[in-house]
Amino acid sequence: MPIISIRDLVVEYDGRRVLDGLNLDIEFGETMVLLGGSGSGKSTLLRQIIGLERPNSGKVIVKGVDITRCTPVELKKIRHSIGVAFQSAALFNSLSVKDNVALPLREHTRLAPSIIDLMVWIKLAVVGLADSSNLLPQELSGGMKKRGAVARALALDPEILVLDEPSAGLDPIVAAELDELILLLKEAFHMTVIVVTHEMPSAFRIADRIAMLHQGKFISVGSKDKIRATQDPHVRHFLDRVPERMASATSVAAHFEKYLHSQETQ
Amino acid sequence: MANVLENVGRRSLNELDYVGSLNIQLWSTLRAMKSALPLVGNRYRWQATVRQMLEIGYDALPMVSVIAICTGFILAMQGASELRRFGALHYVIELVAVGFTRELGPLLTAIAVSGRSGSAFAAEIGTMKVTEELDSLRVMALEPIEFVLAPKYLAALITIPCLTVISNVFGIFAGGLFMFFSTRLAPLLYFRYVMESIALRDVITGLIKSLAFATIIAHVGCLEGFRVRGGPESVGRSTTSAVVKSTFLVIVADAIFTAIFYFTVKP
Repeated sequence: MPIISIRDLVVEYDGRRVLDGLNLDIEFGETMVLLGGSGSGKSTLLRQIIGLERPNSGKVIVKGVDITRCTPVELKKIRHSIGVAFQSAALFNSLSVKDNVALPLREHTRLAPSIIDLMVWIKLAVVGLADSSNLLPQELSGGMKKRGAVARALALDPEILVLDEPSAGLDPIVAAELDELILLLKEAFHMTVIVVTHEMPSAFRIADRIAMLHQGKFISVGSKDKIRATQDPHVRHFLDRVPERMASATSVAAHFEKYLHSQETQ
Repeated sequence: MANVLENVGRRSLNELDYVGSLNIQLWSTLRAMKSALPLVGNRYRWQATVRQMLEIGYDALPMVSVIAICTGFILAMQGASELRRFGALHYVIELVAVGFTRELGPLLTAIAVSGRSGSAFAAEIGTMKVTEELDSLRVMALEPIEFVLAPKYLAALITIPCLTVISNVFGIFAGGLFMFFSTRLAPLLYFRYVMESIALRDVITGLIKSLAFATIIAHVGCLEGFRVRGGPESVGRSTTSAVVKSTFLVIVADAIFTAIFYFTVKP
């Protein structure tokens, strides 16, 4: 039985269809990479999976519970088993890194402060931030912030780890370090990992399966080899970095003429 | 004509939506308030409340005191310039004492706090929204209303009435200074006249108003923060909007409360 099932998921914003009847099963313990270009709908899908938004129709079933229709209490319970690291890291600026990681433990467990301190230290050590635990988020580099966000996502030992664009805005070395961290976490904690990204090297390094989104639809779902071998033109364009919208002098001239014409008619 | 009606209709619906959102937020916060209380609530929430109390109350103390002293002087001088003509200078004491406890103390404090803290609430929550901190609270199964708003509201409910009392004291003190320098009225005698002028109901109605103002300032500031859409520029707009709307609503609420007390509370 899959740990997450998405069935006929439709999301519209102001009448514009962003996700168009998506179906996907994510198995327990696998690393699923949601790949797609800007505006393909991958972040919207992620927000549906973590229950931040409700769809227009369809289901998102996490551990057997349809989180699009469940009660707030059920949703809270499900959220205890999901750890999320956002693209912007979203660490609380008023709290130190240590307190950011300790927050879910203080709020949801009755552990003694000394045990919480120990658990926080372990999580920070796993992501390589043990020596920076007393720093505030604004004192950290981009990569350190992302690792801090991963440590906080790991605080309650979730079954599902969700990472939104973990390598976005990072240099290739730091991005590669984060990829290795994701692999290490999967091996150490046996978690189901969902990663949203548009970074190809990262996707092929960490994924068990890749789901490729284009204009709100999955155009290819499968193993890394299947995705590499696919002949779907959109996937090929993405893999081979072929631009779909070419800027040319003639198209700019045509737009300019159209603009002038519209000004004249006004 | 149709466009005008359409605009009026749309604006009315927007205003109704705003008032409805304020009400829903208020009830949700009241339900979550227990967590911010000392002893029975969550320890970290109470610590956040204390921090907020220092920010809303202690940090605003110099500004509120100076405003109250200046307004006390202004009220006494303006009152004296007219009352002197009728040989009724002693009524300045009653004017300052009753004027401050019933009206000026709560109103000036509310306007000062709305400018300082209402805008700060909107900026803080708006920034949390833009940087996905509110979303990260939700995915950690923590409710932003309980985590962010309840401590702010409880802190406002405690500190704004306290600031109001302090504002009353400083305003009346300024009236005393004026009376001392203009008529050589002994401070102890001034204090006795003040105590004779003020009834308990004046203090209570002033404090009831200050509780209502605290509710308006905390909820309008936080709602403006929660309604931020887009990037950092919308945070700036929300802070301006928080001050404008909370000041406007404070004055409207003041008029309503004053009318209610005028017609229902008999001297």
